Amino acid sequence: MADVSISRRALLASAASAVGAHALWRVGHAQVPAQAPHTIVPPDPTKVPGAPLSELGRRSPFERPRRIPVGSAQGSSLAPLQDLYGIVTPADLHFERHHAGVPAIDPGRYKLLIHGMVERPTVFDLEALKRFPSVSHLYFLECSGNGGSSYRNIRPDLTPQLIDGLTSTSEWTGVPLATLFREVGVKPGAKWLLAEGADAAVMARSIPMDKAAEDALIAYGQNGEALRPEQGYPARLLLPGWEGNANVKWIRRIEIADRPFMTREETSKYTDPLPDGTARMFSFAMDAKSIITFPAYPVILPERGWFEISGIAWSGRGRISRVDVSTDAGRRWTPAELQSPVLPKCHTRFRCLWRWDGRETTLLSRATDETGYVQPTLEQLRSARGLGTSYHFNHIRAWRVRGDGTVMFGLEG
Amino acid sequence: MRVAVVLLALTLAAAACGNRDQGAARPDAPARFGFGRAATAEEIWAWNIDVMPDGAGLPPGSGTAAQGVAIYARKCAACHGRTGAEGPFDRLVGREPRSGFPFGRDPRFVKTLGNYWPYATTLYDYVNRAMPLDAPGSLTPDEVYGLVAFLLWRNEIVTDTAVMNAQTLPRVVMPAHDRFVIDNRRGGPEVR
Ligand code: HEC
Repeated sequence: MADVSISRRALLASAASAVGAHALWRVGHAQVPAQAPHTIVPPDPTKVPGAPLSELGRRSPFERPRRIPVGSAQGSSLAPLQDLYGIVTPADLHFERHHAGVPAIDPGRYKLLIHGMVERPTVFDLEALKRFPSVSHLYFLECSGNGGSSYRNIRPDLTPQLIDGLTSTSEWTGVPLATLFREVGVKPGAKWLLAEGADAAVMARSIPMDKAAEDALIAYGQNGEALRPEQGYPARLLLPGWEGNANVKWIRRIEIADRPFMTREETSKYTDPLPDGTARMFSFAMDAKSIITFPAYPVILPERGWFEISGIAWSGRGRISRVDVSTDAGRRWTPAELQSPVLPKCHTRFRCLWRWDGRETTLLSRATDETGYVQPTLEQLRSARGLGTSYHFNHIRAWRVRGDGTVMFGLEG
Repeated sequence: MRVAVVLLALTLAAAACGNRDQGAARPDAPARFGFGRAATAEEIWAWNIDVMPDGAGLPPGSGTAAQGVAIYARKCAACHGRTGAEGPFDRLVGREPRSGFPFGRDPRFVKTLGNYWPYATTLYDYVNRAMPLDAPGSLTPDEVYGLVAFLLWRNEIVTDTAVMNAQTLPRVVMPAHDRFVIDNRRGGPEVR
């Protein structure tokens, strides 16, 4: 079930952070715990020596960004999009989606087996994977169920985290799958690979071989360090721009074949029933999308005047070419500033200055990618996909600003 | 002349270490590095658990609904319901609606093996690899065949006496078999 239904617990968690918002309007960076650790703060930090050096850094005790877990072993945890600057997601805040919990894997005993239509069925341990020439790239990773809570049964008290928290961006380091395939010698006629994880779900997905030639990686590094266990330690498949589930974590086996395997996650799940009575399968690419992360519920604008609207945009098909923002419910659109570098298949930060006149209005953002694809309206997406669809919810997100400065998630217009 | 040589060297260095397509081999890379070791037949056999729609990968063994019903009651019913239709977790049994395939239009219909799954072999593959949730990988092939026979019978897809094995299971045609189409989204201006 990737269609993330928002549990009571998640709502309580977001309500808890909303409490802070009343005191500090910029809630995004002000999730100060109720009992802030004042004890450690001297009256004047210039008059006493500071804390000693340390082996491992920690966040300021004043900063408490948190994921919101929905479910336990079976389920997902959402990244706090409204608390993040720029485009990179700190590894410990990267969203999670597991089907059977996070396995504990000893890197010393880790093996990746590649077999099937290959000349040389081969086992690579972690050391062997790391000896190959490596690459590092910033890519977003997004669960294809992301945004589900903004498609049906829309509620005003949704935060960016609860709407779109199943996307994150990291710098991923690893070996191109193409390098490993040259090593094992792929036989002619090979068209699909099965990627299989070492978790209790033994997660398995069929991937077209073309993706391996294009940009797929076996990743072992995330934001400069080893992968986090929740992101697939010690090694995972990374398919830039493609739905999260296919990026099999804890990867232990790749089997190459001339046809797809039709696993449960590419038939029963991760398929898109359409209004015409068919169901789309192997819908890997994540279409262009954007969300304003400030101002957004539960922020309360303290007064009229200047604000910087800020958010993220991304496309699984390449670079974001523009993001347009409307501050009047879609009547006029202005191009937002895109923070460089604008990278393919990566979050792009957009910003736009806005002078709020104190009147009720709706804020919208609309991403366009380099293929010319324009983020659709909710109505457009619903008419193409139907109300029953369960993945790929990339319609325009809307924030309603009320006269009293409260900001609520809302329908367009 | 010296300058030309230096320039040439720089160009070569750039070619060797410069930007390149993600999947393309580095021009300075050998055809093979020789890292990793040959996989043994036993290693492959131990991990190669997938089952394909044509039955490739199905192990020897067999089972019937009569055998599956008891295993289901003991190992599955607590999470999927007494008859497979009650939950609390994924509903496995149900043929409604009998006609059409309205899942895209109407979120009220619950997807089940009987109304949504395109391949019967997927059921063997999935139950074998991931169920029961609290003891994955613990079932014998005969148990999985029995559970598959039971669930297919409950979904009115095979008879109550059908024997499921490596020959019969791939021949089972699921009601939703013809509903699936390959992704036709290609980027560009059209919303699909
Ligand atoms: C402890 C609870 C639990 C038990 C026991 C259990 N299951 Fe499940 N089952 C689940 C959950 C949870 C899922 C959904 C898993 C997911 O989405 O990753 C599931 C999914 C399934 C599915 C896929 C449903 C679909 O439509 O995609 C099948 C088939 C299944 N189980 C069969 C079985 C069988 C057969 C047994 C007994 C051998 C069993 N389960 C025992 C919890 C359980």
